[in-house]
Amino acid sequence: MERIAERSGVPPARIFGVASFYSQFRFEPVGLHIIRVCEGTACHVQGAVDVAEAICDELGVAEGGTTEDGKFTVEPVACLGCCSLAPVIMIDEDTFGRLTPEQARSIVRNYGTARDEGGAKA
Amino acid sequence: MPDQSASSKVTVGLSSCGVAAGAAHVYDEFRREFDERGLSTPLRRTGCIGMCYREPLVDVDTEGLGRVTYGGVTKEQVARIVEEHIIGGKPVEEFAVRIEGKKLPDEAYYDRQVRLVLRNAGLIDPESIDEYIEAGGYQGLTKALTEMTPEGIVETMKESGLRGRGGAGFPAGVKWDLARQQPGDVKYVIVNADEGDPGAFMDRSVLEGDPHSVLEGLTIAAYAIGAAEGYIYARAEYPLAVRRLKMAIADSQERGFLGDDILGSGFSFDVSVKEGAGAFVCGEETALIASIEGERGMPRLRPPFPAAKGLWGKPTNINNVETYANVPWIITNGAAAYAAYGTETSKGTKVFALTGKIVRGGLVEVPMGISLRDVIFEVGGGIPDGRKFKAVQLGGPSGGCVPEEHIDIKIDYESVTKTGAIMGSGGMVVMDDRTCMVDIARFFLQFTQDESCGKCTFCRIGTKRMLEILDRITSGEGREGDIERLEELGQQIVSSSLCGLGQSAPNPVLTTIRYFRDEYEAHVHEKRCPALACKPLLTYEIDPDKCIGCTLCVRACPVGAVSGERKEPHVIDTELCTKCDACRKACKFEAVIVS
Ligand SMILES: Cc1cc2nc3c(=O)[nH]c(=O)nc-3n(C[C@H](O)[C@H](O)[C@H](O)COP(=O)(O)O)c2cc1C
Ligand code: SF4
Ligand code: SF4
Ligand code: FES
Ligand code: FES
Repeated sequence: MERIAERSGVPPARIFGVASFYSQFRFEPVGLHIIRVCEGTACHVQGAVDVAEAICDELGVAEGGTTEDGKFTVEPVACLGCCSLAPVIMIDEDTFGRLTPEQARSIVRNYGTARDEGGAKA
Repeated sequence: MPDQSASSKVTVGLSSCGVAAGAAHVYDEFRREFDERGLSTPLRRTGCIGMCYREPLVDVDTEGLGRVTYGGVTKEQVARIVEEHIIGGKPVEEFAVRIEGKKLPDEAYYDRQVRLVLRNAGLIDPESIDEYIEAGGYQGLTKALTEMTPEGIVETMKESGLRGRGGAGFPAGVKWDLARQQPGDVKYVIVNADEGDPGAFMDRSVLEGDPHSVLEGLTIAAYAIGAAEGYIYARAEYPLAVRRLKMAIADSQERGFLGDDILGSGFSFDVSVKEGAGAFVCGEETALIASIEGERGMPRLRPPFPAAKGLWGKPTNINNVETYANVPWIITNGAAAYAAYGTETSKGTKVFALTGKIVRGGLVEVPMGISLRDVIFEVGGGIPDGRKFKAVQLGGPSGGCVPEEHIDIKIDYESVTKTGAIMGSGGMVVMDDRTCMVDIARFFLQFTQDESCGKCTFCRIGTKRMLEILDRITSGEGREGDIERLEELGQQIVSSSLCGLGQSAPNPVLTTIRYFRDEYEAHVHEKRCPALACKPLLTYEIDPDKCIGCTLCVRACPVGAVSGERKEPHVIDTELCTKCDACRKACKFEAVIVS
């Protein structure tokens, strides 16, 4: 949390406030970035399960879980409303569509470092 | 070069899906280009333009040239569009998907569509009441309040033949009449905008793209029924829709289309937006009403129907978003004009969210009576990658799959119901030969099982049993008699559940068993998934005759399951293999065989 404070310039107390606020809702602290993996029908038909597995495998977490370093929380959701881009994931405010499991892996691997590389940011 | 920049108008589709595809960046890029070049070209936003498969979409409307739609627009393309089209007056044809007066291949997407509900979608700025009015908005309400009696409106609605678009298809005019005739001064109207089907976005697109059309329809209904208060119950996951609705309410109040003494008619009406609790069952009307009342969103037994005893025990009319959005058009253009579309029992049009294995997926509106085949193959352009059509799922978790043998049925309530599926709210998911029907059935049942409110034993326990059986079948542990057990449980749940959730939950399973029993049998008896979709039933092998030992697959495999010397045939260790399919995709010689 201190590292986040250092990097973002937001006072640690404020970050703690936000983080603890969320944990009240989620009963568990959430990662710095939330990866929403769409598991709606259209995405399911287009291989969302493989995408979800690839992401979880890459990050070493179970669905709904948070990575040990606190960087990511993986959250399954129903229909993000862009079914024509299926399968879709959303990391914070960024949406990535028409994903293959391999692209999904490289997106989460590079997210926060080299953002727009390697993923078909549809 | 003639400077055309002032005679063009640029519109960017900024619905949820457009934003997801990067339309906001495209919008910003246009802004930047215009500012940099000092152009005064108007830059507007709109909702779903309809060609969702081509997002981000940009419309350039030029005096004398007409409307050109660009699809799949990237930030990099913006400069050329500005340079050549907006300044130079010559459309960049290679980026265009639609050119007015020209027949580009994508025109087929629109040829069979009739856009009544979506009349303004993708054309007007949803945040501008002026643009709505300019497009003919609030004429229906004005006509209703100044020229028509409540009885006359109900009569028109009955004659139009409009049926509820939320799923069950109850005639809207008849429902309004029931609520209207109830005694009592206090009555309510409600918009059901809970859209729970996890793969459908019709209502969201209407709310995001044309919120006033729903408000106008609701206000007409309130006048016809005699309600002074209305609620719009919207899914909490639809923040943009909620924001636009609230904005539309404020604007129409200011213009006198809502509030006290609307248009000097003496009729007063107020609307508020309620955000849903995020449960599928809250879309059921009695659960929805309970939820507005602040109770837990659980269904109750009907009758009494909401028309007699609804919100706070008062007569209440509840309709779906799309149902209301039809109303202003019907009032303005007359019942006969509406009833001219459709079949004997199903009039007008229906909006579908066409998705799945389809070339042109998006929000489509077609006249009732069109065949499923025409929607899928003409409007949607058929199945991509040269694969074969297998089935289409209608109605989401409450619906069913229609197989190829019935694809020529006409879309109307009765014909669809005959196949075992339902019209539903408009989800239309196309599946090809790689989609496993048992897996799809399991997918929907998982959803309804999670969403069961738990009130009815059979809905709660029965769906759980069914899910266990389906889990077992798709993981290769199906037992003799499992298919029959599914059928039996399904029947029991249908007959002993209180609300539509339970009554329809087994539908996806029962229809797939009905049409694809052989697929279930292959899973159970032969432990084989014909569509090669159920992973536990697959094995990955390398054909030694085809493998040239290029090692591509070795590098692709994330778990190190492939081994072999360079230029020698490789082998897969089936113990290690997680069936991720990476090696098959990597191999350029089709040497990786899945069975
Ligand atoms: C489990 C369940 C979920 C439902 N979800 C919705 C929904 O999301 N949207 C909707 O309009 N109707 C939904 N309905 C149907 C409503 O109960 C009701 O029939 C509908 O709002 C009536 O409007 P209409 O006549 O205009 O279709 C659902 C019904 C059930 C049983
Ligand atoms: S990629 Fe194909 S050809 Fe190359 S080694 Fe692997 S299986 Fe053999
Ligand atoms: S399917 Fe995946 S895990 Fe199995 S051998 Fe191929 S690459 Fe490796
Ligand atoms: S099903 Fe994934 S965005 Fe709709
Ligand atoms: S064009 Fe984007 S939602 Fe349809």
